[in-house]
Amino acid sequence: MAVTVRIPTQLRELSGGVAEISADTGTVSEVLAALNTAHPGFAERLFDDKGELRRFVNVFVADEDIRFLDGVATPVTDGQTVSIVPAVAGGV
Amino acid sequence: MAHVNSLRCRECGREYEVAAIFTCEWCFGPLEVAYDYDAIREAISPEKIANGPLSIWRYADLLPVDRNPAVDLGAGFTPLVRADRLAAELGLGEVWIKNDTVNPTNSFKDRVTSVALAKALELGFKVAACASTGNLANAVAAHAAHAGLQSFVFIPADLEQGKVVTTAVYGGNVVAIDGNYDSVNRLCAELADTYPWAFVNVNIRTFYAEGSRTLAFETAEQLDWQAPDHVVVPIASGSLLTKIRKGFDELVKVGLLDEANVRVSGAQAEGCSPVARAWIDGTDTIKPVKPDTIAKSLSIGNPADGYFALDAVRETGGGLSAVTDDEIVDGMVLLARTEGIFAETAGGVTIATLKRLAAEGVVRPDERVVAYVTGHGLKTLDAVVDRGRPTAVIAPTLDAFHDAFPPEQFDH
Repeated sequence: MAVTVRIPTQLRELSGGVAEISADTGTVSEVLAALNTAHPGFAERLFDDKGELRRFVNVFVADEDIRFLDGVATPVTDGQTVSIVPAVAGGV
Repeated sequence: MAHVNSLRCRECGREYEVAAIFTCEWCFGPLEVAYDYDAIREAISPEKIANGPLSIWRYADLLPVDRNPAVDLGAGFTPLVRADRLAAELGLGEVWIKNDTVNPTNSFKDRVTSVALAKALELGFKVAACASTGNLANAVAAHAAHAGLQSFVFIPADLEQGKVVTTAVYGGNVVAIDGNYDSVNRLCAELADTYPWAFVNVNIRTFYAEGSRTLAFETAEQLDWQAPDHVVVPIASGSLLTKIRKGFDELVKVGLLDEANVRVSGAQAEGCSPVARAWIDGTDTIKPVKPDTIAKSLSIGNPADGYFALDAVRETGGGLSAVTDDEIVDGMVLLARTEGIFAETAGGVTIATLKRLAAEGVVRPDERVVAYVTGHGLKTLDAVVDRGRPTAVIAPTLDAFHDAFPPEQFDH
């Protein structure tokens, strides 16, 4: 039972240059914790001092922003992809 | 010569050397250009600016680009129009419209694109690119053509034909994506990782966004080097509002203004109002939304600079409002009818917000107010077709005309 985590360029130094990492199913919180166990250093980059996701870190599960879902409690099921994406925007 | 020290993270303050990077490697916060204001103060003067080109490049000392001549299609130095009839209808005193509809491709995006492509050339890029729903697409395609750069413009496939034509005519590549703007944006973020291209609103964004400050510089110059009391600015990503506020503060730092106590108010459409919602709810958290409004050029549901825009409004004692689609159209018609300026839907958002904030007493009659109208009405004709019918349809005879318009009612 595995999910895929997509790593943005900025964090690939932590994943040994790899763009995708496999993890067990669970909540977003659990998946990211597992990521940090396998590749120490992720947690301090993704979460602030209070343990909240940094406000310029966007996380998507199956292409949906987790702020539209259940936040870090959103479940990630078998075969789904978790994407870590910097906040980027165009427009005015 | 650009007076730039470094790029600095707005969130955590980490510094980086000047390069095509846009987020902090540590915390993902947006990077901002850090200037050497002492050097700018030495180099700049009202006389030097007055003798400069009639475009944003008259403020070259305040822009993050070494290249000269820069990429200049004549973006900026647009009229600041005294709007007495509009002011009277809104119960206000001194109101000015910064009319950015008259830029080379008819929106303020020419300002940011001009800076972005000048920087792209300086950094050695050969291809200009962007994700856009229209205004930026026009601006990038045109400026790339002028600069002799190849271009790739990525748009949602359901974009109106007019916006496709006014982009494609410049001869670059226009790629329609089967998805909405947010999908286009995400693809561009991935492409920017893959191709050595200058995506103006991705990897060149740090420099691109600086071009918006020229809206503050021009306003101050056109008011004989005085700051307004209150500005009303539309919010999509929040960058424009943040940069206009920054621009006024910088003019004080470099000695061009004695003081600037500018209240900054923000305008959003109800169908895409994540920043206004946070303001109304009194929270520090901006929750993204799925946009649903006629103001498509403001339809960013996940505004990257939303937090900074919210801070700017709070710190300066301004206000925020979210107006309905009907109010937006009314705002467009009101501005056209009172001042002869035809704005796109985003301008309708600004005017409708000005009207609301005036009614609420947030914008006051004793203030000198500037409202930023950032794009031309021809770009969003669909929004006003119902308000743009002939006054009368008649046979080609004098009698028919007199029937429709009784002569006793008119001077002749």
